[in-house]
Amino acid sequence: MQVRFWGTRGSLPISLNADQVRQRLLSVLEIAARLPAGQLDTAAGRAEFVDSLPFALRGTYGGQTSCVEIQGSGPEHLICDLGSGARDLGHAKLACFGPGAPQTYHVFISHLHWDHLMGLPFFSPLYIPGNRLVIHGCHAELEAAVRLQMSAPGFPVDFSLVQGQVEFRLLETGRAYDIAGFRVEAMLQIHGGDSYGYRFEQDGKSFVYATDSEHKLDREDHWAACIDFFRGADLIAFDAMYPLAEMVSVKADWGHSSNMIGVELALAAGARRLALFHHDPLNDDASLDRLLADSRRFESLSRQRRPPLEVISAYDGLTVEL
Amino acid sequence: MELEAGIHPKANLVMVRGRIDHGSSMTFSELLHPHLEKCKKGNPPLILDFSGVEYVSSAGLRALMIATRFARNQGGRLGIAGFQPLVREVFGISRFDLVIPCFDTLEAAVGELA
Ligand SMILES: [Zn+2]
Ligand SMILES: [Zn+2]
Repeated sequence: MQVRFWGTRGSLPISLNADQVRQRLLSVLEIAARLPAGQLDTAAGRAEFVDSLPFALRGTYGGQTSCVEIQGSGPEHLICDLGSGARDLGHAKLACFGPGAPQTYHVFISHLHWDHLMGLPFFSPLYIPGNRLVIHGCHAELEAAVRLQMSAPGFPVDFSLVQGQVEFRLLETGRAYDIAGFRVEAMLQIHGGDSYGYRFEQDGKSFVYATDSEHKLDREDHWAACIDFFRGADLIAFDAMYPLAEMVSVKADWGHSSNMIGVELALAAGARRLALFHHDPLNDDASLDRLLADSRRFESLSRQRRPPLEVISAYDGLTVEL
Repeated sequence: MELEAGIHPKANLVMVRGRIDHGSSMTFSELLHPHLEKCKKGNPPLILDFSGVEYVSSAGLRALMIATRFARNQGGRLGIAGFQPLVREVFGISRFDLVIPCFDTLEAAVGELA
């Protein structure tokens, strides 16, 4: 199983601005100025130098909102959420399969907030006859929300005009489904208007998508249910939007979680890998680098005699092989 | 996890020992409560001596935040002093060092709060 992140930002898409790019170039040049003479004379030397830089200088976490693709052994595609990252995903699929080879896309919607749906009108396979989009979700208003998003005056193309075949399927928590060769389960999460996490299993590998989820430290029942849902997962995409101190004080009831809680739950569940996800638009690349370093440190301080948990930070374009 | 009242001329001193984690944070809050009730306007500050604390989890930090809030609402002053380095690190990672007054030494805490 392979998991590819197309959008990892929370709440609103962002991008680097001119000032930030300039600052980044200056920082890189400052480091380059201290290199031994001749190191940058060759292409290989330059590539080696760039690869040695911190991620916040050589790359970027990206600014597209939630969209994650799961590739299994079958021909059908699985996608968690249709945030703005779905636009790039749609283009990649068309580039790969072309309009002449209709595909089936199974989409799993965590909830109906803008940042998790806004990419659908820009998901190009939707407009090509023969493509099939099966939109799964646990909210009774799922279809109405999608139709509302693609209607005047909010969007020029009405949902009734799309050429692909679209179906809506309501899922329930507390039972397992067999969808496109995956075992799929949903879990209710604490979030304004409710949200749902999904667990996908195939060939002994498992991926949990758990975003827009607040973990109340005084809700024993919820804490235990989460550990159960995360049990032994090979990868968990986890809402790590706020520092713990903010999450439990000024941002309590905002419906989001924290990197430290992700580490605690994943360790308790015996998971293998935790991906920090749904990054706060207020966090720039350097802040997210620090957040990752802090999370790894907290994991090593909290692990005790349990097996190590690998902590990574999701970025737009990251692929994880399970 | 244990709490023990200490003696100090200018502060209500409480020594905390052990781990304050998901399993023990409730007990910690219960044991702290009688000390917290005395932490009000006109009384000496409540200082938690953390030199015997080995680990604090998110649940422990939340319990401390609630205690700080409780003290503040009564017009009292609460601080934590004498961290083991790893515990101090957890306060930094969680950003709780910005919410709860943290001091390197007992003297520093007394100097600031008393
Ligand atoms: Zn969101
Ligand atoms: Zn949301």
